[in-house]
Amino acid sequence: MDALVNKRIKRVMKGDQDAFAEIVELYQHQLFQICYRMLGNRHEAEDIAQEAFTRAYVNIHTFDQKRKFSTWLYRIATNLCIDRIRKKKPDYHLDAEVKGTEGLNMYSKIANDEELPEEELMRMEVQERVQYEISRLPDKYRAAIVLKYIEELPLAEISEILDLPLGTVKTRIHRGREALRKQLSNL
Amino acid sequence: MMNACPEKVIRMMDDYLDGEISPSEEKELKDSLQSCSDCRKIYQELTKTIAFVQSASHVQAPSDFVQKTMAGLPKESQRVGMKRFMRHHPLMIAAALFVLLMSAAMMSSFSDDQQFSFTKQENLVVEGQTVVVPAGQTVVGDLTIRNGDLRVDGELEGDVTIVNGQYMASSGVINGEIEEIDQVFEWLWYTIKGTFQDAVSFFGGNDQSIDE
Repeated sequence: MDALVNKRIKRVMKGDQDAFAEIVELYQHQLFQICYRMLGNRHEAEDIAQEAFTRAYVNIHTFDQKRKFSTWLYRIATNLCIDRIRKKKPDYHLDAEVKGTEGLNMYSKIANDEELPEEELMRMEVQERVQYEISRLPDKYRAAIVLKYIEELPLAEISEILDLPLGTVKTRIHRGREALRKQLSNL
Repeated sequence: MMNACPEKVIRMMDDYLDGEISPSEEKELKDSLQSCSDCRKIYQELTKTIAFVQSASHVQAPSDFVQKTMAGLPKESQRVGMKRFMRHHPLMIAAALFVLLMSAAMMSSFSDDQQFSFTKQENLVVEGQTVVVPAGQTVVGDLTIRNGDLRVDGELEGDVTIVNGQYMASSGVINGEIEEIDQVFEWLWYTIKGTFQDAVSFFGGNDQSIDE
């Protein structure tokens, strides 16, 4: 598999787009899955996954062929997802008043956005609920949980993708797992 | 709830779930889970959580994902496109080269051959556009006549090819084959037959260089 991929990458480095199409074909579902679980929305996931492939193509010369291509690709994608998640968050002060509303500050807006009423949670399908709870995790835990439990990658690879020491990856997985346990305890 | 349980048990649980626990600690963890119902509850909830997350159905990229992604890429260089075209269609390239070179060769030879000409042999006489083998004479050797006719009154020892002309029945003798080529198409075919050998060896070599 790796030899096959590396052969294609050599062709891509020479500028061959057809070889890259084969790479997209090979990794599209996994990459889309990561983005979807990170962002919780198909449209955005498609957008970011495409962007990740485009960046991989444009920067293919910076890829070290002694390494695993998927690790490099997932790293591009998770970074883009985390950027996107952070951009969606308001960068103004939480207690500033929201324009056009009276007495409604960012706390209440976020609460509305992020926490659904109990009865609505109960109406959700299990799958939907799990996705919802994952998307409520802080982004750094979210990436670790998605790579560990949905992509089922080894810890060492996750540490390379997230560019974090192994210990930090473990801590994030533990915390993410614990947070999910609490969020899902009523399921 | 979680605080009620010793930190060590929580840590061992994490190690266990990461698949990184020593056999002795694994035994210790099992004993703790049996003796402490809170620990047991946390452990069960954690495994349930993992199962839920893992059961999240695997989503697939939209069916037009590859095509859309490729359409969004910056354009590749033309040089590579040409190279790939040659790699995928060596026969097409060979055929294109064949047509190109052949037509060039034939155009030039065809227009060269619009004029009256014939193979010079001893004893031949020319009357206007007619090559004549005079009565009582013998011409030895093959004869090719372009844009002219042939009349044999004497004797001809050899093959005759007449292009755009005709052999006029006469009293002479021809000890050889007569071929009359009247039309452009036949002339083309005649030329192709003549150069076919060259063409084949040319493509053999060319194909290899394309395949690289």
